[in-house]
Amino acid sequence: MRRLTLATGAGLVAFLGTHAVAWAAGAVDGAVDKQGLNIAAIAMFFLFVIGTLFITYRAAASTKSAADFYAAGGGITGFQNGLAIAGDYMSAASFLGISGLVFASGFDGLIYSIGFLVGWPIVLFLIAERLRNLGKFTFADVASFRLDQTQIRILSATGTLVVVAFYLIAQMVGAGKLIQLLFGLDYLYAVVIVGALMIVYVAFGGMKATTWVQIIKACLLLGGATFMAFMVMLHFGFSPEAMFAEAVKVHPKGDAIMAPGGMVADPVSAISLGLALMFGTAGLPHILMRFFTVSDAKAARKSVFYATGLIAYFYILTFIIGFGAITFLMVDPGYYAAGPGGVINKITGLLGGTNMAAVHLANAVGGSLFLGFISAVAFATILAVVAGLTLSGASAVSHDLYAEVIARGRTNEKKEVNISKISAVVIGIVAIILGYVFENQNVAFMVGLAFAVAASCNFPVLLMSTMWKGCTTRGAMVGGFLGLFSAVAMVVLSKAVWVQTLGNKTALFPYDNPALFSMTIAFVGIWAVSKLDSSARARSELASYDAQYVRSETGIGAASAHIH
Amino acid sequence: MATSEQDRILGNPKFQELVRTRSSFAWTLAAVMLAIYLGFIFLVAFAHDLMAAKVGGGATSVGIVLGLIVIVSAFLLTGIYVQRANGRFDALTRDLQKDIA
Repeated sequence: MRRLTLATGAGLVAFLGTHAVAWAAGAVDGAVDKQGLNIAAIAMFFLFVIGTLFITYRAAASTKSAADFYAAGGGITGFQNGLAIAGDYMSAASFLGISGLVFASGFDGLIYSIGFLVGWPIVLFLIAERLRNLGKFTFADVASFRLDQTQIRILSATGTLVVVAFYLIAQMVGAGKLIQLLFGLDYLYAVVIVGALMIVYVAFGGMKATTWVQIIKACLLLGGATFMAFMVMLHFGFSPEAMFAEAVKVHPKGDAIMAPGGMVADPVSAISLGLALMFGTAGLPHILMRFFTVSDAKAARKSVFYATGLIAYFYILTFIIGFGAITFLMVDPGYYAAGPGGVINKITGLLGGTNMAAVHLANAVGGSLFLGFISAVAFATILAVVAGLTLSGASAVSHDLYAEVIARGRTNEKKEVNISKISAVVIGIVAIILGYVFENQNVAFMVGLAFAVAASCNFPVLLMSTMWKGCTTRGAMVGGFLGLFSAVAMVVLSKAVWVQTLGNKTALFPYDNPALFSMTIAFVGIWAVSKLDSSARARSELASYDAQYVRSETGIGAASAHIH
Repeated sequence: MATSEQDRILGNPKFQELVRTRSSFAWTLAAVMLAIYLGFIFLVAFAHDLMAAKVGGGATSVGIVLGLIVIVSAFLLTGIYVQRANGRFDALTRDLQKDIA
């Protein structure tokens, strides 16, 4: 029994922290060297941009109503939506990061893939149908169905914008570094290109363009990854056993790559991370928004089924790609930079770092043209993900904050959509600035924080307001904000920020992920405050639960996305 | 929705059956998924030797096989739910709509 005691927990947590986030942040972390211009990659990326801009132009022409802008007119099919949801999930971070993690430590990479995947069944069983039956454009529509519009929308919009902001910063910084590395472009250019394109997609094409960009990219990424995994398996005569045996032989850690390493040996951190991944998925605003793009609850269900299948398939591919990278790259010094004294470290010495494992493997199995293709796909992936985030942030500003809180419902559709477009431009510009400002900062913890906030604020409010009759506005407000603030506070006091960023000696919060605690705080907060709430409003909210209940269970009375 | 219509739906035995069977089915599946996942995490944390054990004397370890099983089971559970929901639960909903129309 090696490394299993709690005593070694701290060291293992540190390992978890650095790794968990290297991928999550956007695949590339720390300083990178700028490479020479990669012409093939730039040409292919250019084709992708032309194609998607054409789609945006077409989408803009047919985007007239608010339902078109926020929800693609409800005209996306279950399978298309499944692809788009899977696309939102298959970020450059999960493609390069998880295959890099498998390359560096084998089995441990699998733990992350699994954590990300198992949130989907939960979304299907508990959230998807109710969301589709009760809501129109944002999850705030659902949470505020029978509660106070103004207050709940302020809470939901805050939850949305916090998640979007952290996610977006991590993606922008990751994008800048990745593009610097893959394309040989300056960091600032890269960040500006990403920001400008996402503004164009969202402001002109709305949800329709954002969805199609995501679908195209998902197909390209799945196609590219399938080819790589196929070539690896072909090499081993389609015998996973032969691949594992060869990997064990060439990897410096030897047989240890086939078993759990140091990653999840502290049960509290492990479970907390697991909860954040599992329930954070059910609270990510840009993903929840996708359920409004389909026509009904049946299509919403189907889209989760397809998405789960595609994501599962994708993670199996990244696992094969990671092992393939071990067997193909570790035997070829050409992929390495020698350390001091000419010694090659077979893990960290990989050119560009371990997160480049999949990119180098692309070269090894498909030559430089395929390398260009995979690089272009990685760029496209970032673009598609940031566009989805921007749309979700812009909707929170226009549909929740502007229409319901500021204008108090006294606005029209046209004005609301215009506010949304302006918000998309502002969010894009802010993202470029933040991406630039955070270039040399440690942003690694930010995706983990985004998941923790989604799991501790958005998810509890959504679940309790739809499933528990006793939930009142006051309860949701107090519990939701407590979840949000406690999640952020615990991350700030944890090792990733308190020690690694702020330079203090010891972390005040001993675990890496706050979700176990902040989710408990949120749920208990909502329950206790709702129970104590004896206001007249609370009584009327309890009384109106039945109407919500009937509609959430049957869809009777639900607006289809394109009719209001 | 008018209050009378709402009361009619709430009192309808088909509605009650739909809600009862669907919610127990959904919560059961959610509990199964959570149990499988947390079970896997606990094995990773506390049963290193078991996870490292070899399958059939080769290089493949028990941990990798179990990990793949977790991935496949997540997909299967969503499949089971969608099948039941698109079949029986949707049929019940349609019946109910006919009743109250």
